[in-house]
Amino acid sequence: MPLLEVENVTKRFGGVVALDGVSFAAQPGEIVGLIGPNGAGKTTAFNVITRLYTPDEGDVRFEGESLLGVPPSGVVKRGIARTFQNVELFRGMSVLDNVRVGAHARRGEQTPEDLLWYVNLHSLRHRPASGLPYGTQKRVELARALASAPRLLLLDEPAGGLNHEEVEQLGTFIKGMRDDYELTVLLVEHHMGLVMSIADRVHVLDFGRKIAEGTPAEVRGDKKVIEAYLGVEA
Amino acid sequence: MTALLQLDRVEARYGPVKALHGVSLEVGASELVAVLGANGAGKTTTLRAVSGTVRRTGDVIFDGAKLARRPDAAARAGIAHVPEGRGTFSELSVWENLRLGAYTRRGSVKDDAQRVFKYFPRLEERKSQQAGTLSGGEQQMLALGRAMMARPKLVLLDEPSLGLAPMLVAEIFERLERMRAEEGTAVLVVEQNAGLALAHAARAYVLEVGNVVVSGTSDELRANESVRRSYLGY
Repeated sequence: MPLLEVENVTKRFGGVVALDGVSFAAQPGEIVGLIGPNGAGKTTAFNVITRLYTPDEGDVRFEGESLLGVPPSGVVKRGIARTFQNVELFRGMSVLDNVRVGAHARRGEQTPEDLLWYVNLHSLRHRPASGLPYGTQKRVELARALASAPRLLLLDEPAGGLNHEEVEQLGTFIKGMRDDYELTVLLVEHHMGLVMSIADRVHVLDFGRKIAEGTPAEVRGDKKVIEAYLGVEA
Repeated sequence: MTALLQLDRVEARYGPVKALHGVSLEVGASELVAVLGANGAGKTTTLRAVSGTVRRTGDVIFDGAKLARRPDAAARAGIAHVPEGRGTFSELSVWENLRLGAYTRRGSVKDDAQRVFKYFPRLEERKSQQAGTLSGGEQQMLALGRAMMARPKLVLLDEPSLGLAPMLVAEIFERLERMRAEEGTAVLVVEQNAGLALAHAARAYVLEVGNVVVSGTSDELRANESVRRSYLGY
């Protein structure tokens, strides 16, 4: 049984159809990439799964049970955690306190301090989150998400602010994290090198519709995907 | 050649943490210069030091005069800063955001708006829309358009590619290059997509832990072994 099933989900904002009958699933232990142009509906999909948005049609199931009756706080308690595209940390709080917020939502076996060692940020634990470089703030978000002991982790553009070498390290890190914490990962990312090197399956959205799905190699060769998203050189 | 912008051993710190250890660099009139570096190397801080949005020591010479260490002094002197994450006012309309870009000037802004719409026709279509409802790519265009409204001599641009699809990133750089060629606007751009940045920039600087470690023409940097490995990935 898939851990996560998004089934036929439609989400409208006024006249704009942000998601138009989108379905995809994530099997336990998979890293699933969600890619597409800006405005394709990727972050909206995250917001529907985490119940910040209620879909107009369709269903979202986690371990076979619908999440539609579950509030966002309940989503975390069931074991779904996320990071945010533009970094949503408590800016005035220390790195450690930010991670504690995750543990407060749902406690795992590892302490926030342990997790900061794991993401290699322990030496910065008493620094306020706001002064840190962008890529480092993204790592704090990752630790906060892990602190709630998730089974499903939604990562929204984790490669932001990182150079080529750091993105390669991040890829290795995400795979290691998936194995160490027995996670299933849903990854929104524009850095194609990262998506293609770590995703097991990739789903492609364009204008709220799914236009392709498959292995990274299949998707990369798909004519519709090249036209809508990758451009000629990819 | 006298440089339009000159940094002479500029240092900057956040509380006890020193972020720049004496950075010297130059940008010529209508020159596009890129800044590369790992997460936390001091790229964003370098731009902030120029626009006076972080405490600095050392001289910043702009357009032949020493620049006072105040953001408004930089803005009035003709420097427009497009920060990381764009910094558009999400509650205001596209048009209101653009008008704010011309805040330091009296008189009509219509001609300037027409210039902006020439580069970014999409913004004219969305003139009355709330900025927060634009897609990521459109918001980046708005941030750039707002900078142009100030008729700057120099634009400081922090990671324009952040959160943008590959095709859109290429498009933003093309517009930037056109702006430089047609309007003579100099650009100092921080960018993690080093391949693209070097394709458009005349010269670049590489920062490591608050110091310039490599600088040269884009061709020279592309030929540099360690730049290739860390930033270009080949």
